[in-house]
Amino acid sequence: MLQIRGLTKRYRTGDLALKSIDLDLPDGQVMALIGPSGAGKSTVIRCINRLVEPTGGTVVLNGANVTSLGSRDLRRARRRMGMIFQEYALVERLSVMENVLSGRLGYIGFWQSFMRKFPQSDIDQAFQLLARVGLDHMADKRADELSGGQRQRVGICRALIQNPELLLVDEPTASLDPKTSRQIMRLIKELCGERKLSAIINIHDVMLAQLFAERIVGLQLGQIVYDGPPTGLSAAVLTRIYGEEDWSATIRKVTEDIDEAATPLTRSVVPPDTRQPRHDRDRLAGLT
Amino acid sequence: MTAVSDAPRSWIKPPLIKRGWLRWSLGLGVVIYLALALGSMDVNWTRVWEGLPRGARFFAAFFPPDFTGRWHDISDGMLESLYMTVASTVIGIAISIPVGLGAAKNMAPRFVYYFCRAILALSRSFQEIILAIFFVKLFGFGPFAGVVTLSFATIGFYGKLLAEDIEDTDPLPLEAVRATGAGWLQWINYGVQPQVMPRMIGLALYRLDINFRESAVVGIVGAGGIGATLDTAFNRYEFDSAAAILLIIIAIVMLVEYSSSYVRRWVQ
Repeated sequence: MLQIRGLTKRYRTGDLALKSIDLDLPDGQVMALIGPSGAGKSTVIRCINRLVEPTGGTVVLNGANVTSLGSRDLRRARRRMGMIFQEYALVERLSVMENVLSGRLGYIGFWQSFMRKFPQSDIDQAFQLLARVGLDHMADKRADELSGGQRQRVGICRALIQNPELLLVDEPTASLDPKTSRQIMRLIKELCGERKLSAIINIHDVMLAQLFAERIVGLQLGQIVYDGPPTGLSAAVLTRIYGEEDWSATIRKVTEDIDEAATPLTRSVVPPDTRQPRHDRDRLAGLT
Repeated sequence: MTAVSDAPRSWIKPPLIKRGWLRWSLGLGVVIYLALALGSMDVNWTRVWEGLPRGARFFAAFFPPDFTGRWHDISDGMLESLYMTVASTVIGIAISIPVGLGAAKNMAPRFVYYFCRAILALSRSFQEIILAIFFVKLFGFGPFAGVVTLSFATIGFYGKLLAEDIEDTDPLPLEAVRATGAGWLQWINYGVQPQVMPRMIGLALYRLDINFRESAVVGIVGAGGIGATLDTAFNRYEFDSAAAILLIIIAIVMLVEYSSSYVRRWVQ
C-alpha cells in the first residue's frame, strides 16, 4: 500500500511541478499516470523513490515514511521499489547479466559487487527472470548489442530482481515501436499479476494506458484532474487532461483494441507448472 | 496571408559582426598589430646564413651514431627512464582517480568540486621542466625528483580528462543504478566506471608515452633518467653517443605508440 499525501515539488528554477498530490495505491493495483508533457508525471515517480527530493508532503510505502529517511535507510527503501525507464537506462558496456544483477546492489556489500561475486540465489533468480522474458541465452552479451525491446526486458528483469513491493515505470514504451510497446506493456502487466505487485506506469499513449491499466490517473500542470477506471476516459475527460482536441478517433480505436487484445490476455492464464508449447513460451516472453 | 512575390529575392549570409564600422576597424586593427609585431622581430639574415653550415657540421657529427662506446651509461639511463615512466604513470593515475571524481560536477558537492579543480589547475599551470627544477631543489638530484615531477604532471592531465569524461556520461544509467539502492562506491563501479573505462585505458597509455618523453627532458635539469645521460653526452661533445640515445628514444616512443593504438582498438 502506497500512500502519498500533499506531495509538492518546486524546482530550483521556481517552477511548481507538483501541487500537493494525494494518491493511494492499494497492493496489486496497476495504475497508469497520463498527462501532457511537463504535467509532472516523471516528477511524481521520482519523488516516490527520491531520485528527486520532494519539497513537501509525505510518501508512505507499507508503513514506512520514505520522505523522512536518512541515506542508509533510503537505500534500503529503494530496494523495495523497482524502477523501469524510458530509454531502458541500461549500462551499455556491462553485460546483460551484470545489468540484471545490478538490481541486487542494494542487498550486498561493495567488495562482493566489485568482484562480481553475487550469491548463488541471486544468480539463479537472474537466470529465471531472463528465461521468463526469453533472454536467458543472451546473459553474456553486452547490453548495447540488444534491440530496443530486448533492452527494455533486461530493464524489467533488473527491476524485478530487487523483489520490489512497488514498480515505478517511467514511459516504458516511448522509444519502442507500436507492436513492441504492446508486448512490453503486456509483460509488465502479467508480471505484476504473477507477483501481486502494484505499479505506477507513466505513459503518454492513452490507448496503451486504457488497454493495460486497471486505473487511470490524469495529471495536468501538477494536479490530479482525473482518477478512475479506463472506461471513464470520455472526450470531456481527455479534454480536461490534455486540452481541446478531437478525441473521437482515440476513443473509438480503443474499444476495437480492447476486443483484439482481450483474447491473448485470457489465454495467458495457464498453471505455471504445466509444460507450455514453444510458441506460448515465446509469447509470454513477448517475442511474438 | 501575404502574397508571395515571384520576383527573385537576393540573399547574403548575415555577417558575424553586425555593425559595419566595428567589423572593419577590428580587421584593420589586427592587420596593423601583426605588421608591428613582425617589424619588432629583429631578424639578422646574415647570422642565419652563417649558422647554416654550422648546423650542417653539427648534424654531420651525429653520424655514424655510436651505440657501443657509452653503452653502459646509455642502458643504465634508459632503464632508469623506463622505471621512472612506469612508476610515475601508475602513481599519477592512482592519485588522479579520486581527484578526477571530485572534479566532476555531477559527482561531487560544490566545495569538493572547487578544491579538486584547484589541484588540477595547479598541476597544469606548471610545465614539467619548471616542476622538475623545483623538485630537484627539494629532493636533490636523481630519479626520485623525476618520478615526483612526472606523477604531479600526470595528475593534472589525467584528472582533468577523467573529470570531463565523467561529466559526459549518460545520466540515465546512473539514475537507474542509484534507484536500485546501490551505495556510492557501487554506483561508481556499476554506473560510472563502465562508461569511462575504454577512453581512460587509452589515455593511460597515451600518458605513459608522454611520461617517457618527458623523462628524457627532466633529466637535463638533473631529475635522473636518460635525459641526464643525454646531457652528459652533449656536454662532452660526444654527438655520436647523443645520436644513439636519440634514436633509441625515437624507437621506444614509436613502439609505445603502435602498441597503444592496438590496445585502444581492442578495448573499444
